[in-house]
Amino acid sequence: MFINPDKCVACGNCTYVCPMGAIYIDPQVRRATVNRAECVECYACFNGLSQEHLNPTIVRTMRKVFQMLRLRFDPEPDVCPTAAFEPDELVWPRVVRRAFSDPRVPHESTGVEGRGTEEVKTNDVSGRVQVGEVGFTIEFGRPGVGVWFREIQTACHALARAGVSFEKKNPITSLMTDESTGTLREDIMNEKLMSAIVEIKVPVHRTEEIVRLVWEIEKQVDTVVALGVGTRCEDTGDETVVASILERLGYTLHRAKTNTGLGRITNMLEEAKPESVGAGQ
Amino acid sequence: MTNTLHRFGTADSFRDDFVIFAIASRGKNEQGALDKLREFLRLAVKFGPVNLGDARHGGALRPCRNMVPTSHWKRDMKPDFNAVIDGLDHITTVAAVFDDRVKAEDFLKAVKARDFGLSINISTSVDGADQCCHAAGIPRHSVGYSLGFEGKTEHLPNSHVLMLSTMCGHGMVANSLAKKMIDWVKEGRRTPEQAVTYLARFCSCGVFNPSRAKRILEEARVSTK
Repeated sequence: MFINPDKCVACGNCTYVCPMGAIYIDPQVRRATVNRAECVECYACFNGLSQEHLNPTIVRTMRKVFQMLRLRFDPEPDVCPTAAFEPDELVWPRVVRRAFSDPRVPHESTGVEGRGTEEVKTNDVSGRVQVGEVGFTIEFGRPGVGVWFREIQTACHALARAGVSFEKKNPITSLMTDESTGTLREDIMNEKLMSAIVEIKVPVHRTEEIVRLVWEIEKQVDTVVALGVGTRCEDTGDETVVASILERLGYTLHRAKTNTGLGRITNMLEEAKPESVGAGQ
Repeated sequence: MTNTLHRFGTADSFRDDFVIFAIASRGKNEQGALDKLREFLRLAVKFGPVNLGDARHGGALRPCRNMVPTSHWKRDMKPDFNAVIDGLDHITTVAAVFDDRVKAEDFLKAVKARDFGLSINISTSVDGADQCCHAAGIPRHSVGYSLGFEGKTEHLPNSHVLMLSTMCGHGMVANSLAKKMIDWVKEGRRTPEQAVTYLARFCSCGVFNPSRAKRILEEARVSTK
């Protein structure tokens, strides 16, 4: 992301809206400036700020007058008064920053916006996680801290050593050059992301082992981790097996995402008109 | 997209937070899904949501690309649900946010009766989702538990800030903006209702819950933490 210094009036609004804190007013040039190393190209500034198209010279003059008179003016906090943001043309490997950070951009590997994962949200039609299995979504960098690919590499190596299988339809897996070792492309190691989700699946009896492994990984990376654990419910809708394991490990289960099982594989129905092949209602 | 799973807070703090979303899966049920997604959103409006959105264009309050100086005195402060429905032009995840469990239950019953064939998920407290499914006569198919935030949590801000910023799981609502809005409410520079509209515009998929945000801002105003 680039802030046009000819337009910027150093109002400072954008310094608050950057999720990475990567925008600051450079005292030497008195303009908002992007710390390119820390910017994850999430476009929160460009997409989230409303834009006015005021004359920069007039705005700067007014700001100086107010400042001299010690007057506090009260601008809207979500507006760039001069539309100073201009997206860079991103090339490889920096473009992966945006792919993993701007939720409006679908991941090419999965076609899904956001972090590019479906997890158990579509389990009723995908059958991704079956009875007796547990799907882990291990999200690094969330919330608002960010993560470098080299840290994700550390995690993937550790998980691969434990013999887990990485979810094929996942953006991180699609960047692996060797899934058996969890090795990612070398040329992206110095790219920073808003967050990224590593997805794995294991038999339910390995749940505790994987949680403890994630705890070890957390000691090796300088970021936060949001851990999600997905599983298939019984036909009655109950789920007690995985919940009891997690509670035994000390977790209080405050929140969950629940797939209602109302999904069906309708593509086949429309093509061939066979009987319902609905999954898991 | 785990954007609704890891909202920060206790189970009780989700008593006014029910996100119900529809998603099509590539190669499974995306054919004809666009019309179904629009109908899902239209149906939701009848049950009094506090936000609607799609993952490409955002929620019912959106930034403006062409403000003029007079816009400041007549900004859109009310959600525009029709703009969300009419603006849906791609197959993507769509969501309806409710601040009342009964409304969410009634909507879920209507979704079940309509039989869209899309995957329908509800994101709230574990018990809240269980109650909604039970009321709608739906046995849960799968569940994804949030275990919260771990690792180097010393990088994280305080709980009120986190409760606000994690309502956009994609991280588009910056911790620093949430903190600024809490400060402005404390100073009396903005009301909680006004502060909520600023925050909501940054959420790029419309799952931000303005009712819960307003409550959190009111709590934060008098909090000493």
